[in-house]
Amino acid sequence: MRALIICEHDGKGIRLGSRSAVAFANAVAEETRGSIECVLLGHSLAAVTQDASTYAPVLVADHPALENPVADRYAKVIADVVRQRGYDLVVAAATTFAKDILPRAAGLLGGAMASEVIGHEFRDGRLCFRRPLFAGAVVATVALNAKPQIVTIRPSAYPAASARPERCGVTSFAVDEAALPKKTEFEVLQSKLSNRPDVTEARIVVSGGRGIKNSEDFERLVGGLADRLHAATGSSRALVDAGITPNAFQVGQTGKVVAPDLYIALGISGAVQHLAGMKNSKTVVAINSDPEAPIFEVADYGLVGDVYELVPQWIARLNGK
Amino acid sequence: MKVLIPIKRVPDTDQKIQVKPDGSGIVTDGLPFVINPFDAIAVEEALRIREKSTDTVEVLAASIGPEVCEQQLRTALAMGADNATLIQCDASLDPWNVACVLRAFAGRYQPDLILMGKQGVDDDLSQTGQMLAALLDWPQATFASKIEFLGSGLRVTRETDAGLEIVRVTLPAVVTADLRLNEPRYASMTSIMKARKKTIERITTTELGVTIEPRLQLLGLEAVPSRRKSVRVGSLDELLVKLRAEEKLL
Ligand SMILES: Cc1cc2nc3c(=O)[nH]c(=O)nc-3n(C[C@H](O)[C@H](O)[C@H](O)COP(=O)(O)OP(=O)(O)OC[C@H]3O[C@@H](n4cnc5c(N)ncnc54)[C@H](O)[C@@H]3O)c2cc1C
Ligand SMILES: Nc1ncnc2c1ncn2[C@@H]1O[C@H](COP(=O)(O)O)[C@@H](O)[C@H]1O
Repeated sequence: MRALIICEHDGKGIRLGSRSAVAFANAVAEETRGSIECVLLGHSLAAVTQDASTYAPVLVADHPALENPVADRYAKVIADVVRQRGYDLVVAAATTFAKDILPRAAGLLGGAMASEVIGHEFRDGRLCFRRPLFAGAVVATVALNAKPQIVTIRPSAYPAASARPERCGVTSFAVDEAALPKKTEFEVLQSKLSNRPDVTEARIVVSGGRGIKNSEDFERLVGGLADRLHAATGSSRALVDAGITPNAFQVGQTGKVVAPDLYIALGISGAVQHLAGMKNSKTVVAINSDPEAPIFEVADYGLVGDVYELVPQWIARLNGK
Repeated sequence: MKVLIPIKRVPDTDQKIQVKPDGSGIVTDGLPFVINPFDAIAVEEALRIREKSTDTVEVLAASIGPEVCEQQLRTALAMGADNATLIQCDASLDPWNVACVLRAFAGRYQPDLILMGKQGVDDDLSQTGQMLAALLDWPQATFASKIEFLGSGLRVTRETDAGLEIVRVTLPAVVTADLRLNEPRYASMTSIMKARKKTIERITTTELGVTIEPRLQLLGLEAVPSRRKSVRVGSLDELLVKLRAEEKLL
């Protein structure tokens, strides 16, 4: 199969999740004696192109009209690339970027799409995908009945591809500005700059729930422990709804899905919607004052107690006291 | 102005889902179903738009599926939707099918805004709104946490991994609702009673000229067993010893 990876980037390099998408595409290409290419969309892509070309041959759609990831434009360019160059498989990491753009591209390309893929296999030569349903309680095996097959993969399911020994080729793709949709105007991205790693990319995640009362306590307890462990901070929906944490922190069925080596849940009850976002973590630690809290059922190590007492003690131990 | 709210019937999110022994589907006997929580948020937003607007705003709820979807349409009516249409279809549907049916329906109804859920909480696909926008060649604003009306279009705040993004789209448009767009109201007893008497229009997918050809084919389901150590530790020190010695972490 010929696979095209839609690479997400931050203007400097490609995102870790996109390297997982490359790994998935590599696996399929190897199993089918196919090939892979990746495409970059945006403007001023020199640095990103350098980085991407260490993982796969790169197509670059570099144009001022693509400065910001506006779904109708990006989907149109992706559909043009696929139609002109003929791919069997289009893949990206399951992030809000891809969840916005890929289904729209699928709408232009015949509608065969599987989201949040966590595994794949061949049955009688047919590519099949595994994906979770019902907040992860069930896993479905599905197949796609049209070409191209479009998928988003969960980065946690495919370890990121490593760099190739030699750089791959770079081809530019001409963007016809006049043909781009013009019904959407990008105004602004209000990003909360954080000096901590992204929850989906960190090896350790410390997450807080309603057991944490306010922003100061979140920063002191959850943030304080995270910094000592070089970890990312996450939270349950309850804290996002309460305005204590930004929406990008939400772990769960409708937030981010994480699978770090260690997930530390502080004052989180363990609702199924939260578990959907973290239950594939390698090791789970939970601290909760309620011995009956459902989070203990999915925790490897559970400690019953007050986070306001235990977390400062933990931080003190890490400070060497 | 006309606002169309596509509504999906999904199992109640508090219920434990069981897979049939042959893996062909889930056990639905005795399983309570609800309006997809994100679609309830979409209905609520449409009602608020109607309440604030000086123009007449008509809110139409539509669900594609078997007769039982009538229950979720009644819920939307009880919340305050003006009208409801059941688009009858007994086949199992994927997002492409739903988007094709909604495009045909939108061709007849001519809404100015299609406001829908960002994802179904049953299959978590999060595809339908975006596919529909592509088929209609309308702009889209997904994962909306705030919608403002400007002269000729909308200003929408979107929840993305990178933070809050603001886009402007012209109308007609497709907008998908995220959790923090609003808190849906509960229907009062009187409005539930009134909603029971309302006529629900019916149309079939065949009448809309759409044939259902699945693009996303289900081959089988499996329940996911949990495999955790579930050790209770008695103290912080014991926890730290376990993490260091047994898990080689920290
Ligand atoms: C459609 C839908 C989608 C959803 N999506 C998500 C999602 O993506 N992510 C998500 O997280 N939720 C999601 N939810 C919400 C979910 O159902 C729960 O409401 C939420 O996860 C609860 O958050 P919590 O555990 O922080 O709060 P609570 O359930 O209130 O739990 C707080 C816990 O803290 C403990 N506690 C209190 N004080 C202390 C203390 N001092 N020390 C130690 N422990 C203490 C309590 O014992 C309790 O167990 C969704 C819900 C719906 C309906
Ligand atoms: N059968 C259906 N009838 C009406 N609307 C639907 C149906 N299925 C999906 N939708 C709409 O599409 C949204 C996203 O669903 P999905 O792409 O399946 O995650 C839902 O929130 C509904 O608004």
